[in-house]
Amino acid sequence: MNPNLSRRRFIKAVIASGAAAATHAGMPSALAAGAADDATKGGVERLMSLNINGKIRRVDVLPQETLAYTLRYKLGLTGTKIGCNRGECGACTVLVDDIPNYSCSTLTHSVRSRGVLTVEGLQAPDGTLHPVQQAFIDELAPQCGFCTPGQAMAAVGLLKDNPNPTREQARQALSGNLCRCGAYDNYLNGVMRAAGGKA
Amino acid sequence: MASYDVMPDVQLYQPAEMDDALELADRFGRDGWILGGGQDTYGWLKDRAKHPKAMIDLNGIEALRGVRKSDDGIEIGAVTTLREIIRNETVNAEYELLALAAGRVASPQIRNVGTLGGNLSQDARCWYYRRGLACYRAGGNICYADSPQGMNREHAVFGASRCVAVSPSDTAIAMVALDATMVVQSVDGERLVPAERFFVGPATHITKMTSMRPGEILTAVRIPSTWAGARFYFEKVADRDVWDFALVSIAAAMQVDNGTIGDSRIVCGGVACTPHRLRDAEKALAGKSLSDETAEFVAPLASRGAKPLNYNHFKLPLLENLLRRAVRG
Ligand SMILES: Cc1cc2nc3c(=O)[nH]c(=O)nc-3n(C[C@H](O)[C@H](O)[C@H](O)COP(=O)(O)OP(=O)(O)OC[C@H]3O[C@@H](n4cnc5c(N)ncnc54)[C@H](O)[C@@H]3O)c2cc1C
Ligand code: SF4
Ligand code: FES
Ligand code: FES
Repeated sequence: MNPNLSRRRFIKAVIASGAAAATHAGMPSALAAGAADDATKGGVERLMSLNINGKIRRVDVLPQETLAYTLRYKLGLTGTKIGCNRGECGACTVLVDDIPNYSCSTLTHSVRSRGVLTVEGLQAPDGTLHPVQQAFIDELAPQCGFCTPGQAMAAVGLLKDNPNPTREQARQALSGNLCRCGAYDNYLNGVMRAAGGKA
Repeated sequence: MASYDVMPDVQLYQPAEMDDALELADRFGRDGWILGGGQDTYGWLKDRAKHPKAMIDLNGIEALRGVRKSDDGIEIGAVTTLREIIRNETVNAEYELLALAAGRVASPQIRNVGTLGGNLSQDARCWYYRRGLACYRAGGNICYADSPQGMNREHAVFGASRCVAVSPSDTAIAMVALDATMVVQSVDGERLVPAERFFVGPATHITKMTSMRPGEILTAVRIPSTWAGARFYFEKVADRDVWDFALVSIAAAMQVDNGTIGDSRIVCGGVACTPHRLRDAEKALAGKSLSDETAEFVAPLASRGAKPLNYNHFKLPLLENLLRRAVRG
């Protein structure tokens, strides 16, 4: 990782998260958390480090904030979509330690010491698309494209766990992602193509 | 209904020790909200239909995680995810009924983070109640579902008392069928509650689904070896295969010797406010063979005593058919 880049990102994150973070940044952590008594019992500190797409981002997070909210509105990672905001569509799917999660239904504070992968983190540094992204294009999977980031993350999560899924296993793995355009078969073809099998 | 993008202002505690969690649960009492995977939590909060002051997240407590072998069976920590249960070797080898049930919950992403404790403790899915209406279950004095114009297709056919909501948990029926025991802790100590008494109906507590009191935490579930390796049958009928609650479901555990049924537990979901045991069928099955004849013989017992509402008569043949399928061999 380029240290200058990560430093710039750190500053950007602090600025993006507003003045509250900027003032808290220089404070002892117990003060920033509010009551010191709460901190000892498991009360959370708002200023936290997140590992997003392999980079450490510092950000001021409200106790009740969802990961989708932090990603989109504080870190500018708007590739993660919010469809229903209640665990019923899959558009917000990201990987947490390689496991697909609905980021709209995950508290940011619960991923503190874990690795988050979003659709922005899929492509190689030189811009080459991830095999799943390329396969989705080749299979004409995205129609309106709104569900695509979520479909991609569910597919990448599957292939990390099981690099050679059957079509039925792929269907199961993508069953938590709605596609309002109905391009389900195209997405499935994409997963099978990315897995190296025949679509 | 007002629906909000953002969560309301609520405190969050992430204790690493059980003692701290119990103290927090005690301190906040009714204003505290125990947090497993949060999948039956954030909807309530985003809709501003429930108003806890603090969430007490159990995920940092290592002792509450995982499947352990015990002297007599297994013990599953309350924050073990459904994903872990579905993939666990011992569960699959000996108590497959639970893996089958957990595998039918919601969607993959929800199973990835949803916990056993949360699945068993989840609240009713009656849509009137979920909308935040002041019905009996919410402390009011009317049931919107059981009214002349109420939509009650998903509601109860057994055991209603003012409230006609059903038990939504897929794993609950498996736990009752497996004779599980719930381990419940508070600052005052521990109590063991048999699964059948853990779930309570509206005649007992109209605003609660379980016998847990404010300040208590479900820490583990113990499954005795009684039904290890028994013959199991699980089936859930819902409108959609994903993200949907059971219209009717069945979890059956049967001791079968040479094709002959001995002791059995037949428990149904989606038909009563608690997991509903088909005791008459269990009795009638003893000594019978797994066969189509047995299926025909016991099926009518499944719906005996049912009191359907305006829109849920369809649950009766569904219930009978699920029992048929469980025992036809
Ligand atoms: C779209 C959608 C579809 C769903 N479909 C299904 C389905 O088909 N079948 C099904 O069974 N469920 C379903 N659910 C409900 C729910 O998401 C799952 O049951 C999930 O397993 C709940 O677990 P959780 O850990 O996320 O619960 P949480 O939200 O963390 O907790 C649920 C409740 O239990 C309490 N609680 C949690 N853990 C404990 C504990 N250890 N001690 C005491 N109280 C505790 C919480 O305070 C809360 O009231 C669905 C939910 C959604 C949003
Ligand atoms: S069935 Fe129960 S939860 Fe639903 S409206 Fe009636 S009282 Fe409320
Ligand atoms: S936005 Fe998270 S599941 Fe729909
Ligand atoms: S491509 Fe439009 S929702 Fe899936």
